[in-house]
Amino acid sequence: MKSTSKQLAVNRQLKNNTSFGQAVRNSLTMAYRGLLKIRRTPEQLFDVTLQPIIFTLMFTYIFGGAISGNVHNYLPIIIPGILVQTVIGTSIVTGVQLREDMDKGVFDRFKSLPIARIAPLAGALLADTIRYTIATVLTFVMGYIMGYRPEGGLGYVVIAAVFVIVCSWAISWIFAFFGVIARTASSVQGISMLVLFPLTFLSNAFVPVKTMPDWLQWFAKINPISHIITAVRDLINDGTIGWDFAVSLIGAAAIVAIFAPITVRVYMRRA
Amino acid sequence: MGHIYRTVPNNGDWAIEAHGLVKTFGDKRAVDGVNLNVRAGTIYGVLGPNGAGKTTTVRMLATLLRPDAGSAYIFGYDVVKEPQIVRQLIGVTGQYASVDESLSAIENLVIFSRLLGLSRTEARRKAAELLEEFGLTEAAKRPLKNFSGGMRRRLDLAASLIAQPPLIFLDEPTTGLDPRTRNRMWDTIRRLVKQGSTVLLTTQYLQEADELADRIAVIDRGRVVAEGTADELKASVGSSSLQLKIQNTKDIENARQTVERVLKVRSNVSLETGKITAPMADADRVTDLLIALREAGIHLAELSVQKPTLDEVFLTITGHSAKEDTSETSDEMGEVRV
Repeated sequence: MKSTSKQLAVNRQLKNNTSFGQAVRNSLTMAYRGLLKIRRTPEQLFDVTLQPIIFTLMFTYIFGGAISGNVHNYLPIIIPGILVQTVIGTSIVTGVQLREDMDKGVFDRFKSLPIARIAPLAGALLADTIRYTIATVLTFVMGYIMGYRPEGGLGYVVIAAVFVIVCSWAISWIFAFFGVIARTASSVQGISMLVLFPLTFLSNAFVPVKTMPDWLQWFAKINPISHIITAVRDLINDGTIGWDFAVSLIGAAAIVAIFAPITVRVYMRRA
Repeated sequence: MGHIYRTVPNNGDWAIEAHGLVKTFGDKRAVDGVNLNVRAGTIYGVLGPNGAGKTTTVRMLATLLRPDAGSAYIFGYDVVKEPQIVRQLIGVTGQYASVDESLSAIENLVIFSRLLGLSRTEARRKAAELLEEFGLTEAAKRPLKNFSGGMRRRLDLAASLIAQPPLIFLDEPTTGLDPRTRNRMWDTIRRLVKQGSTVLLTTQYLQEADELADRIAVIDRGRVVAEGTADELKASVGSSSLQLKIQNTKDIENARQTVERVLKVRSNVSLETGKITAPMADADRVTDLLIALREAGIHLAELSVQKPTLDEVFLTITGHSAKEDTSETSDEMGEVRV
């Protein structure tokens, strides 16, 4: 009996580190798990389907006349604004769901498996890009129905969509961090809303910045959300890739570089 | 890729070696200097009431929790310094089922298999194989929400066996299961060890440790208070007792006197059942006793030798009964013990 047991152990190759390739494979498997979960509980897609429709309709008809004279002229301003606000708002849910998920026993198993430590988090976040995609597509479809025809053409709309999804994925690491440190899912929701609400409204999403008081203009201009929105407007209205595009991507990379490691570390320590 | 591949050393006779493990939560020392040595190919039972530190100990050995002090080696690999190697050698089945509630049984197993590096087709085959082995094939596609406790446990155990780990941790594998399901789980555990695995199981059921474990560590308030085989532990409590049932209850006083005279001990008499119970220090004397009883014309209805139960062991070692701490589970246990 003893010798067989030793054999079981001897015949395997053991190593104490995981390669980058394995980390990617593990993360993709975890993302597949996330997709299966979405398929099993489609009702969790309510927010990303209804919010783009309602917000786009509501804000366009409320602000359109006051800001741009009529609804049609307002669409090139509001659609990128709504898009960024909705998709980044959706990334909060990532943190909330991660918290709920981590409280379940299955995360214990993930921790006891010889997989890349980042995989359970990266996979969950990756699966959520499907939610961002749904929100993005629906916002553009709503805009199109309301008469919006982006000057930049379809190619740039696609680039803008991918750009927004990438930025939201990066930002979702911040909410994932909240998800990992918070004790309950509802507190994640609370903290995240508190951060995100001022960020999205104190930006150029709905109104031209120059109508704001000086001190607010200063904030709205340095607000990273404003940069993302401007980049989207440049892309879909003018077909240009500008400085804001680069700044946003650099910022996104920086967020991942900072938040991914600390999130994984806290996640590992919280057993 | 420049990785150094290593294998389990040949002196891997010890599946687990733990020395002075300590884990503190706040000001409570959940585990307070636990030592464990488990030989490969055996079932090792960690026995103790709720809150004794069993789960915390297992979590430290399974790299889920970092010990505050002490050291632990799994097949010679340090759980703190080489956790990723240790994880390749162990399977863990948690106290609450560590499977995905929102997915089906087969989806769970496929995902765990994929994470362990199996290809898509291999993962499907392995999942189907394990479902078959654990009698879950019919429920394979149903979501786990509709699974009974026993099915969940079985799936959980199946998931721990995908990589055929040489060491398996089972944290209270039968808590909350009905007696029939519990017996099936026991059979499964015995089969695992026959196939060459080492099993460390925690339990609050004395009978379970007695049934399954080759060696037992009794743990209480974060410390190992006794260690040995079930028989050793029982022997440490004291001798066995001899029970005699007399055919004719009128003879009982006469019989008692004979017992006390021959065995030279004090005995207890239960008049309702007509039973005499006496400590049996020397089995050889029983022959003399039986002859003496026959000569006195006393006929026996029943004769048995009772070894001390682990319940008594626990009481003697810790000064309190295991049941005191687990009053809600002791009823359940009663059913099984009959």
